[in-house]
Amino acid sequence: MTAFWILAPIMVIAALGILFVRKAVHAALLLAVVMISLAVLYAALDAPFLFAVQIIVYTGAILMLFLFVLMLVGVDASDSVVETIRGQRVLASLGGLALGLVLVIGLGQISLGTAVGLDDANGEGNIQALANLLFSKYVFGFEVTSALLITAAVGAMVLAHRERLTPKPTQASLAAQRLRDYADSGKHLGPLPPPGVYARHNAVDTPALLPDGTAAGSSVSRVLAARGTVRSAPALADDIEELNRQIGGATHAGRESEAAVTTTETTPATGGEH
Amino acid sequence: MYAFNEGGAIPVVDPTTADGVFTLLWLVVALPLAGAAILLIGGRRTDRWGHLLGTALPIGSFVISLVLFISLLGRGDDERQVMQHLYTWIEVGHLNVGMDLLYDQLSALFLLLITGVGSLIHIYSIGYMAHDPRRRRFFGYLNLFVAAMLVLVLSENYLGLFLGWEGVGLASYLLIGFWQHKPTAAAAAKKAFVLNRVGDMGLSLAIMMFFVLFGSTSFHVISEAAGNASEKQMTILGLLLLLGACGKSAQFPLQAWLMDAMEGPTPVSALIHAATMVTAGVYLIVRSNFVFDRAPDARTVVLVVALISLFWGAWIGCAKDDIKKSLAGSTMSQIGYMMTAAGLGVAGYPFAIFHLLTHGFFKADLFLSAGSVMHGMNDDVDMRHYGLLRKAMPVTFLTFTMGYLAIIGFPGFSGFWSKDGIIETALSQNILVGVLAALGAGVTGFYMTRMMLMTFFTDKRWEKDVHPHESPTVMTGPLVVLAALAVFGGLLILNDWIVDWLSPVTGTAPHESPPIPALAISAIVFVLVLAGAAVAWLVVGRQAVPRTAPTQVSWVTRAGREEVYGNVINDTLVVDPGRHLTAGVLATDRYVVDGALTGGPVAIGAVAGVARRAQNGFVRSYALSLLGGALIVALALLAVNLA
Amino acid sequence: MNITAYIVLSGILFTIGCVGVLTRRNAIVVFMCVELMLNASNLALVAFSRQHGNLDGQVAAFFVMVVAAAEVVVGLAIIMTIFRTRRSASVDDASLLKY
Repeated sequence: MTAFWILAPIMVIAALGILFVRKAVHAALLLAVVMISLAVLYAALDAPFLFAVQIIVYTGAILMLFLFVLMLVGVDASDSVVETIRGQRVLASLGGLALGLVLVIGLGQISLGTAVGLDDANGEGNIQALANLLFSKYVFGFEVTSALLITAAVGAMVLAHRERLTPKPTQASLAAQRLRDYADSGKHLGPLPPPGVYARHNAVDTPALLPDGTAAGSSVSRVLAARGTVRSAPALADDIEELNRQIGGATHAGRESEAAVTTTETTPATGGEH
Repeated sequence: MYAFNEGGAIPVVDPTTADGVFTLLWLVVALPLAGAAILLIGGRRTDRWGHLLGTALPIGSFVISLVLFISLLGRGDDERQVMQHLYTWIEVGHLNVGMDLLYDQLSALFLLLITGVGSLIHIYSIGYMAHDPRRRRFFGYLNLFVAAMLVLVLSENYLGLFLGWEGVGLASYLLIGFWQHKPTAAAAAKKAFVLNRVGDMGLSLAIMMFFVLFGSTSFHVISEAAGNASEKQMTILGLLLLLGACGKSAQFPLQAWLMDAMEGPTPVSALIHAATMVTAGVYLIVRSNFVFDRAPDARTVVLVVALISLFWGAWIGCAKDDIKKSLAGSTMSQIGYMMTAAGLGVAGYPFAIFHLLTHGFFKADLFLSAGSVMHGMNDDVDMRHYGLLRKAMPVTFLTFTMGYLAIIGFPGFSGFWSKDGIIETALSQNILVGVLAALGAGVTGFYMTRMMLMTFFTDKRWEKDVHPHESPTVMTGPLVVLAALAVFGGLLILNDWIVDWLSPVTGTAPHESPPIPALAISAIVFVLVLAGAAVAWLVVGRQAVPRTAPTQVSWVTRAGREEVYGNVINDTLVVDPGRHLTAGVLATDRYVVDGALTGGPVAIGAVAGVARRAQNGFVRSYALSLLGGALIVALALLAVNLA
Repeated sequence: MNITAYIVLSGILFTIGCVGVLTRRNAIVVFMCVELMLNASNLALVAFSRQHGNLDGQVAAFFVMVVAAAEVVVGLAIIMTIFRTRRSASVDDASLLKY
């Protein structure tokens, strides 16, 4: 019972956490805690096969599926605090409290006596005993369940399938589109410029510099620009004096003046004008 | 008076099976029925020859009837009732009704009357309806009527009689409303139909009572077993039959429809509403003699009804200016005579039938002559617009005169023999009835003379554009034949032939002499008739007849013009209460029943309108109610286990 | 060894999952709470299996897991489809089927 008394509070707290955390990812992680604890309790209740299945199927497969869907839907998606249905939260709390009380009181009333224990049933091994039951007494249910699983898999595929409404673009059609765009709006025909390559910065988040010293916005990913994490190459050259001093005081007037000119340049938020 | 009732000499209908020429009996009915079917189902493609076929078939029936009648004459008295079983009509439990035809002395006479006069009227209609676009349909209906009337008089049981009874009612309805574009005609047809239903109720109740009492509707069975029933039962049966007869024969109090029925074409008025159908009530009573002979109280009621009708109809006939309606009043009055005779019992039955036959002749003659007059007067029926027509229509004048002399009972003419027979019998049975009947003859003399004078004598009162002319031969031919019948129909009484002929059916009455000699009675009645005619001459013959009916007249005339307030009485006693009842039932239905019916759904709808808010679309709300349910179940379990 | 404690824990976890279903609006979290309720019932099944000394309860728990897996697959696919068309994973946004 030691394992129980250690794990039970953890499980209850984790379960309550699912109720109150705002981010779905956190809820999924807390659910994983509950499930792994449950697996341990299964082991304590002489159910080693279920222990393994709980970890592999539930925690491993099902919960991972949850996380995948969360990634698709958006990790950041979180509930708003405002309750839209009037009285729902109060009634749900009261109802839940009442249910919990009734269950606890009701179950507390039951005197079950000493448990028989599974030593006899698990005599020739838990898995063998389960298999005996599953393929004799419950064989029909087993078969039906297999049919259910296949149906569920097919159903999921049907639901997730998206019909292609336009023909798939080929290389030729893409090239033709480029030329059309160039003819219509003068859009650059060639590939986008690569990001800047500097002595100390050779990163995708630093735009290349054009001949006039301005940054080429289209040389960095638009996603980075949207996040506001694009860095400015001239700004990174602010400490050049300090470095020069450190490596021996050699001054290069030409580079200094060039740096002074471009210091005021700020990173454009979006590329594409060039 | 009723001494002979206890004698048990009431005849029993006991026919022999038809053989030889009598197996043709069914053809009499089948021919006009086939004509009706062909003309009505065949539609427009029979338009060109339909009227010829429709006339030929009743003539065929008449020929067969004549052959049958001659064969019947050749038989002995006890073999003169013949029955032909066609097929089993209804067989349910104890009710076994065959489609049986009974041909005896009574129905033989009726067969001749219906097919004979019917054929003449068919021929007449060829000319009368020549310009009607729906002539073929008219002949179809006429044939249907003839077939139904033949079923009525030939059936061996009351149910078959009822079939014919309703058939003639239907045909009458269709023919009164034949000119359905006239609202008055449509209303008249409906009125005739509804009033007849009242009478039919009496007849159908009587038939049900026959079945309950005797387990059969056959004349044979009932006439054999009738002696076992009590007098009270017989009285009830008699009154129910009388109600049926009143409806069909336009007797008081169901007389109101007959005047309106004149909206139909004149041949219809002649055939159905004068010669044959309206006399079906008399036939019913004479045929049911085994009931009425055992129910003296019912016969008394018959006499009362008959005498009221006799004077009621005569009153109308005196006051009306419409020639057809005046004749209709006369019809009602003459049927009153027949009913009087029938109400007198065994001694009167033969005279009822005799008067029925002569009336069939002279009244058909009078109606058809009136139709001929209307034909020449642009369908004007107002006698005040006639006058001096004897010059313009000599043949019609002659035939009308024959009919006139017959109906007023001029010595030697058919009406004289039949009417005097009734008055004589009445006097010998009951002085009061006899005196009243004799007075009625005087009134007849008045209104018929008035009609005669206004139509054929006095001054010309025609419209300017009317050019009276004689009708074509196809119309005058039947008129001449009918006039001859009206003159010589009295021959049937020669040597008391008709009384002896009918006695196996109606029974033999012990001879009772009237209180005064028969010749004196005839003289007195003739004087009364002459007095009536003289009064008529004083009223309309001696002075000029105004073209429009004067309004400043005595209440007697006013009441006569209003048909002695028959319609007012019906409206006050039945129609208006019925209308109010209907309105009340309608209002109850609309506000109470419909209110309860629609109120429930409205209330449920209102509750649902509120309750449907629970279906707010939020799956979490549904889950909450699920939790509530689970909680209740858990609490219940807990309560049960803790208790 | 008495299993009452396990059963009570199972009841508590079930209640928490139940309240979670009722209060959370993110469809995925609601789904997780449903899984929590299923797991709580599984715990009770396994505990009773031990109490009665036969393995039927464990087999039942196994079946529950399989069915839960199938349910998760289909349920998540439905959530994906809804998200794709409505750009929302909130159960309250799918509330058009109403009075």
